[in-house]
Amino acid sequence: MFNFSIVTGWIHQLLTGFLPEWTAILIESVLVALAIITLYAVFAIVLIYMERKVCAFFQCRLGPNRVGKWGTLQVFCDVFKMLTKEIITMRNTDLLLHNLAPFLVVTASMLTFACLPWNAGAQIIDFNVGVFFLLAASSIGVVGILLAGWSSNNKYSLIGAMRSGAQIISYELSIGMTMLTMICLTGTMSISGICEDQAANGWNIVRGHVPAVIAFIIYLIAGNAECNRGPFDLPESESELTAGYHTEYSGMHFGFYYLAEYLNLFITAGIATTIFLGGWAPLHIVGLSALNGVMDMIPGFVWFVGKTFFVVFLLMWLRWTFPRLRIDQILSLEWKYLVPISMVNLVLMALCVAFGLHF
Amino acid sequence: MTHNKYLRNHRLTEEAPAPEAPKAAAPAGPAPKDAAPAAPARNACEPRTVAPDALRAELEALRAQGYDFLECLTGIDEEADGLGVIYHLCNTQTGSRTVLKATAEGRENPILPTASDLWDIANIYEREVYDFYGVKFAGHPDMRRIFMREDWVGYPFRKDDKTEENNPLRMDNEPLSDTTTQYNADGTTETHTIFGKDDYVVNIGPQHPSTHGVLHFRVALEGETIRKIDPVLGYIHRGIEKISEQLTYPQTLALTDRMDYLGAMQSRHALCMCIEQAMGVEVSDRVQVIRTIMDELQRIDSHILFFSCLCQDLGATTAFLYGFRDREKILDIFEETCGGRLILNYNTIGGVMADLHPNFQKRVKEFIPYMRRNLEEYFDIFCNNVIAHNRLDGVGVLSKEQCISFGCTGGTGRASGWHNDVRKLRPYAAYDRVTFNEAIRTEGDSYARLMIRMDEIRESLSIIEQLIDNIPEGPYQEKMKPIIKVPEGTYYSSVEASRGEFGVLLVSKGDKNPYRLHYRSTGLPLVAVMDTACRGNMLADLISIGGTVDYVVPDIDR
Amino acid sequence: MAMKHPKIKNIPYEEFKDNETFEELVAQLNAGGTNVIVRPLDDLINWGRSNSLWPLTFATSCCGIEFMAVCAARYDIARFGFEVTRNSPRQADVILVSGTITTKMAPVLRRLYDQMADPKYVVAIGGCAISGGPFTKSYHVVKGVDQIIPVDVYVPGCPPRPEAFLYGMMQLQRKVKAENFFGTTNKKQKDPYRDEMKQKGEELLKQAEQA
Repeated sequence: MFNFSIVTGWIHQLLTGFLPEWTAILIESVLVALAIITLYAVFAIVLIYMERKVCAFFQCRLGPNRVGKWGTLQVFCDVFKMLTKEIITMRNTDLLLHNLAPFLVVTASMLTFACLPWNAGAQIIDFNVGVFFLLAASSIGVVGILLAGWSSNNKYSLIGAMRSGAQIISYELSIGMTMLTMICLTGTMSISGICEDQAANGWNIVRGHVPAVIAFIIYLIAGNAECNRGPFDLPESESELTAGYHTEYSGMHFGFYYLAEYLNLFITAGIATTIFLGGWAPLHIVGLSALNGVMDMIPGFVWFVGKTFFVVFLLMWLRWTFPRLRIDQILSLEWKYLVPISMVNLVLMALCVAFGLHF
Repeated sequence: MTHNKYLRNHRLTEEAPAPEAPKAAAPAGPAPKDAAPAAPARNACEPRTVAPDALRAELEALRAQGYDFLECLTGIDEEADGLGVIYHLCNTQTGSRTVLKATAEGRENPILPTASDLWDIANIYEREVYDFYGVKFAGHPDMRRIFMREDWVGYPFRKDDKTEENNPLRMDNEPLSDTTTQYNADGTTETHTIFGKDDYVVNIGPQHPSTHGVLHFRVALEGETIRKIDPVLGYIHRGIEKISEQLTYPQTLALTDRMDYLGAMQSRHALCMCIEQAMGVEVSDRVQVIRTIMDELQRIDSHILFFSCLCQDLGATTAFLYGFRDREKILDIFEETCGGRLILNYNTIGGVMADLHPNFQKRVKEFIPYMRRNLEEYFDIFCNNVIAHNRLDGVGVLSKEQCISFGCTGGTGRASGWHNDVRKLRPYAAYDRVTFNEAIRTEGDSYARLMIRMDEIRESLSIIEQLIDNIPEGPYQEKMKPIIKVPEGTYYSSVEASRGEFGVLLVSKGDKNPYRLHYRSTGLPLVAVMDTACRGNMLADLISIGGTVDYVVPDIDR
Repeated sequence: MAMKHPKIKNIPYEEFKDNETFEELVAQLNAGGTNVIVRPLDDLINWGRSNSLWPLTFATSCCGIEFMAVCAARYDIARFGFEVTRNSPRQADVILVSGTITTKMAPVLRRLYDQMADPKYVVAIGGCAISGGPFTKSYHVVKGVDQIIPVDVYVPGCPPRPEAFLYGMMQLQRKVKAENFFGTTNKKQKDPYRDEMKQKGEELLKQAEQA
């Protein structure tokens, strides 16, 4: 399996060869930042296009097909339009907070995005409590949403933001629990550690069998709720609150929310891939060494992105099938069902690990 | 085989003799309809005049006798005689009906006693009459305008009103007061508060994705729980009834399609039927059957749209598109015969606009099994979904009494166990020669309302199936005079439209245009009941309740 | 001076109706000559804008149902990239006035229009929005939505067929493609309440400053 750290190590050596250490690190940071932003934009575009096409096919439609082959350039059109659209400033709003909110949301999703393990050795933020960092970074987003709702001076926005706050903070609990369950199995909180462990010992969802599958399902539900996507899309539930917390945003400010929504979807799927489906680890079946050899030829980046898009597709499927829940039902689902189940599940996993009942 | 609906009406009332005894005891004397079954047909709807002073006592007496359904309350400008109000009352137990009329004196300050404490729906009907004619109802707790802006000058339906002069296009935001006035019989006024200072009022509408048009609810919230709803109507009030007074009869037909555009066939059917009755025209068997099939196709169309929009409102976008996919099939059938997709302009006085397209039967026969199959899909994707159950079960429960008192006919009433299907009660067109079940549920919640529509799609398919092979031969249009004049009198006829009883009240003075044409809107009672149905539920339930009671706003505002 | 004819996929320029009005508009817009340097940029932006016209969900009556049909499977407005109907006027690009506008609704519609972010377009759908349609005689109907807001494209019909909707949207696309992002003002339609609204806004600002 190709390890990306060879490339990064080589670049580092090359730069330090003729530059002082700090300059080299500075240049590397800038390069990495550029890489993240580019990837972020590319994935946003791919995801939006995918969503529109997937939803069209679910609904017996064609979806965009006018610009480019199969409408592939559709999202670029949207971007150009959004970039040149007026950003409305309003009286009687808290201007600073109003303008800050979309950036907070984007920042949060970028920070989380940087935690994803793309390949062996190709991870941007990686340290021993990586999972904690990831959880912490992703919850900045809710601040952005609350600020947006509060500063817009609009009743719809406010209700949307309050719903969103209640929902995201609640579901973070389940996400934390399920992650703990899997950490219990892998024994490390470092994201690269989790992936390496799975590359060596098999995917967590297989290793941890029953508790892992339960955790995976809970994670998918909670993760979907974290991204504010249907059936949990009530913060922006169109039919009740027009556009929820971002009702008053126009132009690129709205564009940021739009981008962040899709990236959060990708991130949720990416984390599911990382902690349940082996991250960049290829598919190995015990006893079939020929197959395993072929699988090893496929680079880890492809494995990671492929699995992530598979989970994204699952989430889109959910989104386009189910009706929306009501706020009290969402909260009772979380507090009455998911939290107790994931707590029991954590104990179950701990027992499995303690008695060596996993694969 | 007779096609005179009046004979049938009489048969129905004869079969139900129960009200006869209390009727005789009623203070205002004989009701022409019940007392004289052999009387000429057109007298059946002729109202019994009651003096304004005796009106209140008479209404109370009728209410006590079991006349629990106020079908229609219509204002009328009698010019020199004053401003009148016509009450259509119905006893839901026995099926007997009676029509009253009272005329308020004077045009400056006409005043009549209120009926809003006897029938809940009278509240909104009386506001309508106040808005259009300026008749004040003494004791009504909320005498505000309902369709017009609050700063509107004059009363547009009065024959002598200079509406256009007094009301140029106002581009300032409309005033919405938080208080209201009650006029009392003794000339005093009281002020009531609608929304207090502590109420957190959210405006749902007029431009809102889930109000199915331009409807405006002012909703007082407590957290997310609804404390009170105040509907503000009239954002699509086009004055159809008033315009009709200047149109000839064939011209008035065109406007019915545009009221409840999902019941275009049925509304037009009602008006045609009313005019035909008034003129004593009997249409051929063929026309009766064609009209019945078209009405039922329209009903399926409307119910599919109901399902689609409900799904859309609850966030199940895919189900919305499934519904529209099937709806297109019906529109294809309509288009071949009528030429239109939505506004069909098909029924005419004395027949239909064009004969059936040669493909019609084939297409319909293909459609019936197709729809039956796809109906199962609706259940798979939405109706049996656990979230759909959570969102709809036990939400917005209406009791049978509430439905009757609010006059919520159609699926909403039937979901609460009220047998109100006009097709069964007073069969018209070809409904007496087909067998079908009246869809009835007793839960009265949103899910029952959804299921009623699903059941009705099945029943409609079965009705069409029974008729499609038995369309009799005959002319599709009776010979009518070039200028249609309706003999003097008051006529009322109603059909079962997609969302309830759609009635037409026609007052003719023998001219070539109607003196007063009033439509019993199917949607107005449904909006009136929203406050009752939503109180204590959550904001999200407003959407599911509004979606399941199924109103169409242009039909409410007319 | 001569501008390239904007290309709309699958319909040749000649097959569009009313090319005269369109050419007149182009001539007006390019009266000062075409800027060689920024024109390609303009074209790029216009390409983006014209293919991503997100409609506001705004329906008052019958035409609204046809609009829903346009969004649905058979006609699928998504092919053009217009399926992202926004419920918030701030995020919408085009308002499809589908249905009768009554005098009570007029200020609401005007407010919706004012709430939209530039560039914004208006398509009047159906007889009612164009002239009052069958309700011209009514005391409560605005005789044409162009009395309240500037209209870019009129789509006649009662209600127009879905194909007419799409054709109207394509006409709007052509119009968008002729615009200049850099340079002169683009709105050539008469905005009946522009000055009044501006004045009102200034008054409100003054009031706010005093308070």
